Amino acid sequence: MADMIVADALVKDFGAHRAVDAVSLTVKRGEVLGFLGPNGAGKSTTMKMLTGFLKPTSGRAEIMGHDVAVDAMAARRMLGYLPEGAPLYPDMTPWGFLHFCAETRGLRGRDRTAKVTAAIERTNLEGVVMQTIDTLSKGFKRRVGLAQALLHDPDVLILDEPTDGLDPNQKHEVRELIREIAPEKAIVISTHILEEVDAICSRAVIIAAGKVIADGSPAALAERSPLFNAVAVLLPKDMAAAGKAALEALDQVAEVRVQALADGLAKLIVAPKNKQTILNTVAGALADANVEAISIRPEAAALEDLFRQLTRGTEQEAA
Amino acid sequence: MGALITVAKREFAGYFATPVAAIFLIIFLALVAAITFFIGYFLERGNADLQPFFNFHPWLYLFFAPALSMRLWAEERRQGTIELFLTLPIPLWAAVLGKFVAAWMFLGLALVLTFPMWVTVNVLGEPDNGVILASYLGSFLMAGGYLAIGSCLSAATKNQVIAFVLTVTVAFLFTAGGAGFLSDLVAEFVSKSVLDGIAGVSVLPHFNQIVKGMIAFKDLAYFVALIVAWLLATMVLVDYKKAG
Repeated sequence: MADMIVADALVKDFGAHRAVDAVSLTVKRGEVLGFLGPNGAGKSTTMKMLTGFLKPTSGRAEIMGHDVAVDAMAARRMLGYLPEGAPLYPDMTPWGFLHFCAETRGLRGRDRTAKVTAAIERTNLEGVVMQTIDTLSKGFKRRVGLAQALLHDPDVLILDEPTDGLDPNQKHEVRELIREIAPEKAIVISTHILEEVDAICSRAVIIAAGKVIADGSPAALAERSPLFNAVAVLLPKDMAAAGKAALEALDQVAEVRVQALADGLAKLIVAPKNKQTILNTVAGALADANVEAISIRPEAAALEDLFRQLTRGTEQEAA
Repeated sequence: MGALITVAKREFAGYFATPVAAIFLIIFLALVAAITFFIGYFLERGNADLQPFFNFHPWLYLFFAPALSMRLWAEERRQGTIELFLTLPIPLWAAVLGKFVAAWMFLGLALVLTFPMWVTVNVLGEPDNGVILASYLGSFLMAGGYLAIGSCLSAATKNQVIAFVLTVTVAFLFTAGGAGFLSDLVAEFVSKSVLDGIAGVSVLPHFNQIVKGMIAFKDLAYFVALIVAWLLATMVLVDYKKAG
């Protein structure tokens, strides 16, 4: 299938500072690309170039085969974009705002009303559509921004931190929504919530200091971390030393990290050698050593660990 | 064209979303009347025309036009909505022109609401309504010129107050450049050719011609050129500034 979003060696300089350094990506239909990186890594700048809002210093971007610089109108028609911070016109109501957006997209009359109503239902805005936007909570504002991006049922969605500022329920709803529409579309979302990437993205791209430093499925990326297939053991603090010693003695274990927790508890993170599965081995070793663990479970922080490893020390002022 | 109307409609309605529109209209109309009667000696002159009314329009627009134009682009940039606005399928020219047209129509509305002046002068005497119509047209065109300047300078900053002050300053140069008392004031320091140059781009000589009832192509062309030039500059500035 053709690439619906293409970034070809995008570079953006702000004065002497290179914010984005030769970022290339392609996104196909059905893919949800999670764009990860520390603040100021160049995520938003890259997305702004993908939408054609910012002109790249060099390189080019395409939406559905239309160069965003040359054939801007055609590209924008096929694009739904949620800018960083979901900026909206504070004096308008969601109803008026969405009608305005629909009209700029050439929707008229009954068709327009139908599309606006559908977007309102999709994002659960029914209760607030007649309130001015500046009276809405952050969560509602974000959803108005999402409604605007989804309004015309675009093939391509570029969403800059779509769940930022939402409560856990709202986050869940937005993720469900993205998952639901994903098969029909090419989607890029940026986030710094790693569980979100695991939850909805088919692909994760990690960017730091303007460069792509990792690109693959979340599982494939997690595999690169030493914590892949790691096991987390929760146990009373006074058992921690004994547990650590017992586990470090195992051939299959590469490393044991100890984290002190509240309430007299501690957590052991047990990293395996050669990415092997060690859950049962760990459980057995602890039982043999008479260490009573409260829980033993797979440690899910591999992606987070990789993210930290790759991006540590690259943090910069946001451009 | 559709996009232009959509943008203009939203922007125009925006003036009425807050009490700004009502306050603007009330103060504008009150000031127009007060100046015409008290400073322009509308009644005492004993002439059946609206000269004293129109003569003050450039000076009124000097403050009222920037008040309307200051938010056009500055507010989009401050709120960050410019990123949304300029990624909708609206061509840049339609975005710039649509916003300008909204402000122009609003000032046009204010101008239309001065019709009691016209009624008054027709009740009191027999004015040349052709001249009055021409003057209204000239005034409307001039308003467009001031608003186009304001549109451009609003695109230069994200702060509405700065946009206002910049616009008043530039609009003042465009107005006062043709006012005799000011060119006399600086005549000692500035050479004659510079003075003539400034007077040449000033709105006053052109407007004064129209108010006298002499509608010449060059005066109309001047205002159209003024509007077009500043709107083109707005486009350049919007396109350039969004990157920063």
